[in-house]
Amino acid sequence: MSKRAVLELKVRNHPGTMSHVCGLFARRSYNMEGILCMPMADKKFSKIWLLVDEDKRLEQVILQTNKLIDVLAITEHAASHEIFEKLECFFNS
Amino acid sequence: MKISGAQLIIKLLERQGITQIAGMPGGANLPMYDALLDSDIKHVLVRHEQSAGFIAQGIARVTGKAAVCFASSGPAATNLITAIADAKLDSIPVVAITGQVPSAMLGTDAFQEIDTFGLMLPITKHNYLVHSIEELLEVIPEAFSIALSGRPGPVAIDIPKDIQNQMIDIQQWPEPGTAAPLAQPSSADIKQIKQMIESAQRPMLMVGAGVINADASEQLVQLAEQLDIPAVTTFLALSVFPHSHPLNMGMLGMHGTKATSIALEECDLLIGAGVRFDDRATGKISEFCPQASVIHIDIDKSEIGKLKIPTFAVNADIGSTLRELLQLMPSDNRIEWHARIQYLKAKHAIITPAHGRLSNPYCLLQQVAEIAGENTNVHTDVGQHQMWTAQVYPFNRPRQWSSSGGLGTMGYGLPAAIGSALAEPERMSLLFSGDGSILINIQELDTAVEHNLNLKIVLLNNRSLGLVRQQQTLFFKGNLSAINNRNAVNYAAVAQAMGASGFDLATAADPQATLQQALNTPGVVLINVPIDENEMVFPMVPPGAANKDLIEQQAC
Repeated sequence: MSKRAVLELKVRNHPGTMSHVCGLFARRSYNMEGILCMPMADKKFSKIWLLVDEDKRLEQVILQTNKLIDVLAITEHAASHEIFEKLECFFNS
Repeated sequence: MKISGAQLIIKLLERQGITQIAGMPGGANLPMYDALLDSDIKHVLVRHEQSAGFIAQGIARVTGKAAVCFASSGPAATNLITAIADAKLDSIPVVAITGQVPSAMLGTDAFQEIDTFGLMLPITKHNYLVHSIEELLEVIPEAFSIALSGRPGPVAIDIPKDIQNQMIDIQQWPEPGTAAPLAQPSSADIKQIKQMIESAQRPMLMVGAGVINADASEQLVQLAEQLDIPAVTTFLALSVFPHSHPLNMGMLGMHGTKATSIALEECDLLIGAGVRFDDRATGKISEFCPQASVIHIDIDKSEIGKLKIPTFAVNADIGSTLRELLQLMPSDNRIEWHARIQYLKAKHAIITPAHGRLSNPYCLLQQVAEIAGENTNVHTDVGQHQMWTAQVYPFNRPRQWSSSGGLGTMGYGLPAAIGSALAEPERMSLLFSGDGSILINIQELDTAVEHNLNLKIVLLNNRSLGLVRQQQTLFFKGNLSAINNRNAVNYAAVAQAMGASGFDLATAADPQATLQQALNTPGVVLINVPIDENEMVFPMVPPGAANKDLIEQQAC
């Protein structure tokens, strides 16, 4: 299995944001292994969590994601971040 | 004040300073066209929606301001796609507004319904599907702000018909969208660049269209002069330097001169200013500027390190960066390097044959430039004629040059030239096209004639898809496949049939005199010029090869 990273995106919560994010990864041929999205307490914003491959193109794809108008902030975490680990039980039953 | 969504759209566009819109009406944008009747905005009806996008580009490229195009839903929106994708690759600020089926019918495969949001998404800087009339107050100014901020680009707004028809009470107008302030270089950035330039023996500037977008062409030329640094320019940035400037080496890359290729091999510092290290410019990038440290200055952070890892990078406004360097750096003379550059330029210059016959593309281009003078905007389509123009046309001011670079769209030329003729009617709009490209949007001759534009089309006619023919000749053992237009169109007659003036140098007793007469004929003029089908664009770097491995000319 290739090395993974977890990205945490704060985005504007309106229709189309998910398409912009997913479309960018698809057209730059960058593998997205997992995705979670929920509105934040302030419903104007959502959080998107992405589980992605970590290869030498990751920095470029983060820079490109940063250019999306609906993406307000990106934090990069190591793949061992608990968010996807805790969800594993929902996907392995 | 109670107004409709359509009236609101038009009013917001007026407030953005928009005075001309290219487009075509259809079922889903009829309310906007109804509201347009009460506006001072001039509408330019196109004969194909793709041209609406290119006319907007033509306006935006010569003015530097955002320009607008309109189309209806479904096939009208899909027709726009190519022109919008073209604007994305060349960073041109265009706002495309499409009508959409009513909100309640979205997702039902309604008549002329297509997922315009989904189609525009990967080819715009940002795009919207408007969900309520109130959103228009935010979306339209924001679209202009996004189109103009930082690295410019196209924005698309899809507006369902019911939202155009809804009513809204407007108490206060939003501020028009403008470009956001640009990041500024730090004093440490400037010091580092200064130090790197001072310790370099053989520095080179690589000038890109980011310099034009930053309105910093004058400063760039000044800096080159002050520090005695020669420059290569990318295809889109050709007009930054006056063509004959001693420090200007012209275009680098696939059809650049051997002088640029050698100078880039020898340079020890490359200063990339507003460039994106496109493959047509760099050739095989691992072998590009092998001896050089690299300074990369660009407003788009994602371009830094994308293809060429810089030694030092500045993600800030190129204009401010140049101004600070001009203030801080004393003038310099690089006697040896300067002499070397002049030697290379002289030794490997593109030679225009002395015979002066107009069937030779360089002779033709030189003579057209001489007759047309400096007060022109120069456009091309895509192909051999485009590269010949890029190699030798004597540009003399920024924004004089308008051509499809990144996407390389045949069919760009005629509508873009119409756009610049509309934006700057006091200048001649000059288009060099080919017999392949011109047919792709030739219907717009009708539009140009309708507006009686000062538009001169010089058609380099080799009855071939010349650049394809060239690649088949050089790289496919001369096996020519699908490149000949055997059914020769009488282009002068086509122009005349559409109400323009048409001239044909093939049948002219004195071609020079006819060319002179044609370029001095008022209104829309097409001049057919037969070019030998065996003419090729040299030098040429084979696709995928390093620039140093260029082919100088065809082996006999």
